[in-house]
Amino acid sequence: MLELQSVKKTFNPRTVNEKIALDGLSLRLEDGDFVTVIGGNGAGKSTMLNAIAGVWPVDSGRITIDGEDITHLPEYRRAALLGRVFQDPMTGTAATMQIEENLALAARRGQRRTLKIGITRQEREAYREKLKKLGLGLEDRMTAKVGLLSGGQRQALTLLMATLKKPKLLLLDEHTAALDPRTAQKVLELSEQIVAENHLMTLMVTHNMRDAIRYGNRLIMMNEGRVILDITGDEKKHLTVEMLMDAFAKASGEAFANDRILLS
Amino acid sequence: MNLTSLLNALPGAVAQGLIWGIMAIGVYITYKVLDLADLTVDGSMATGGAVCVMLMLNGVNVYLALLCAVLAGMLAGLMTGVFHTAMGIPPILSGILTQLSLYSVNLAIMGFKANQGINVTKYALIVSQRNVREFDLSNPIFTSLIVLALVIAALYWFFGTELGSSLRATGANGAMSRAQGINTNVCKILGLMISNGIVALSSAMLSHYQGFVDVNMGRGAIVIGLAAVIISDVIFGKLFRNFALKLTGVAIGAVIYYIVIQVVLWLGLNTNLLKLLSALIVAVFLAVPYWKSNMKGGRGRA
Repeated sequence: MLELQSVKKTFNPRTVNEKIALDGLSLRLEDGDFVTVIGGNGAGKSTMLNAIAGVWPVDSGRITIDGEDITHLPEYRRAALLGRVFQDPMTGTAATMQIEENLALAARRGQRRTLKIGITRQEREAYREKLKKLGLGLEDRMTAKVGLLSGGQRQALTLLMATLKKPKLLLLDEHTAALDPRTAQKVLELSEQIVAENHLMTLMVTHNMRDAIRYGNRLIMMNEGRVILDITGDEKKHLTVEMLMDAFAKASGEAFANDRILLS
Repeated sequence: MNLTSLLNALPGAVAQGLIWGIMAIGVYITYKVLDLADLTVDGSMATGGAVCVMLMLNGVNVYLALLCAVLAGMLAGLMTGVFHTAMGIPPILSGILTQLSLYSVNLAIMGFKANQGINVTKYALIVSQRNVREFDLSNPIFTSLIVLALVIAALYWFFGTELGSSLRATGANGAMSRAQGINTNVCKILGLMISNGIVALSSAMLSHYQGFVDVNMGRGAIVIGLAAVIISDVIFGKLFRNFALKLTGVAIGAVIYYIVIQVVLWLGLNTNLLKLLSALIVAVFLAVPYWKSNMKGGRGRA
């Protein structure tokens, strides 16, 4: 269970560039919830994920996972509970390291790194099986540097890395935004499959309303650093893009503004 | 200009190159593995020698003195690491601060004298210039090769461990490393300590080799280290993929650097202009990747 209690975050406080990114955000996710997150430009979607991940400290509020208060834990300590996939395919993997080395690093998330060998033979075999399931042929290129992979391959690998050690919460931050539509589709399907197999509690930010409606059991819409719409169950199953746009206008009193959403 | 004088100078160039090669491996760890340019080395390249020579002059066993030199270098790395990670100072500036402070520290270690001699006939030095043309085990080239092999083997093992892999990951992608639960600050500090420990070992050997330690002997060490790394990149970049081979390449790079210097001196360059020459050569080589990426049809920097 994830709980955010009135989390606040202001960037560049007391300057002309002051930006209230999270304005008393509260949100509660139950185990197994797969929540899609949409919202306009600067609504605080990615900021929310970064606040949970601990990229920087929040100004106030409380963040707990399964009752454990992680508000003040450094990023690398929270990593034990979290799996993350980023918008930029470059961010999630180490380009100059081999595919199997990247996986071995991820497999030790939340553990002390010792002077034992960095990757064992048994591990290699296990990774080969997991890579085979991705269906991208990566199982035959395990010692290739990740920098040689395409954006889609890297995102698929990052997804595998994020879930190799089962996280309490999976954070997907527009992880298909940098991919071409067909690859994006494949990575999304893969994400859904991995989430379903592992019953992962998931937060997925997307700029694509149709994807937000199609995937997950719950949809939240954010605006000005708060959740303004929260739709679950049957209501979500019957959503359409038009209904979402109307709901946004009603909830926020303005038209929906996100160039990428309107164009997609 | 007679060729014999050049040939006579070559064994010395090789021996010096190998000793500086150990230093260059230290630079490789920060510059290439951790992706930090660490200027601490200009200071720690004198600290190691100072500690080792002073301890030996006071009757300490040579191997214990070498160990203490390495530990002193690691302390210097720790200082830079703390400046950078705990105090948020950019890495280059952190290194400069440590380097500057080490000037005083090194003088203090040497009893506030700018240099201290150590005589090979009285003390059990592990390498000495005097034996550079001997064909036996006392030759500094032989000893340096053994130390190099040990250093490379130890680093090869270490960077294959879980902890070593997390250091490599920290240098390759900090955000990813933290997302995978790696404490990147600890990794940077550890890398800086290992690097400067190796530099201090090289420094101790250099002071043995030349028979004295000088407070200025580390000046420009970072440039020599970078030169070795770059020479190795240019010559062996495509050839050496394995980590141990890459480290070997760096050591060979340092030897090449010293041979080139020897040739330039033989051609009649004023010794005082050497540092200018080194700096310009390194600047040009550092620019090559940038120029390449700006060329028409270049792929640009990732």
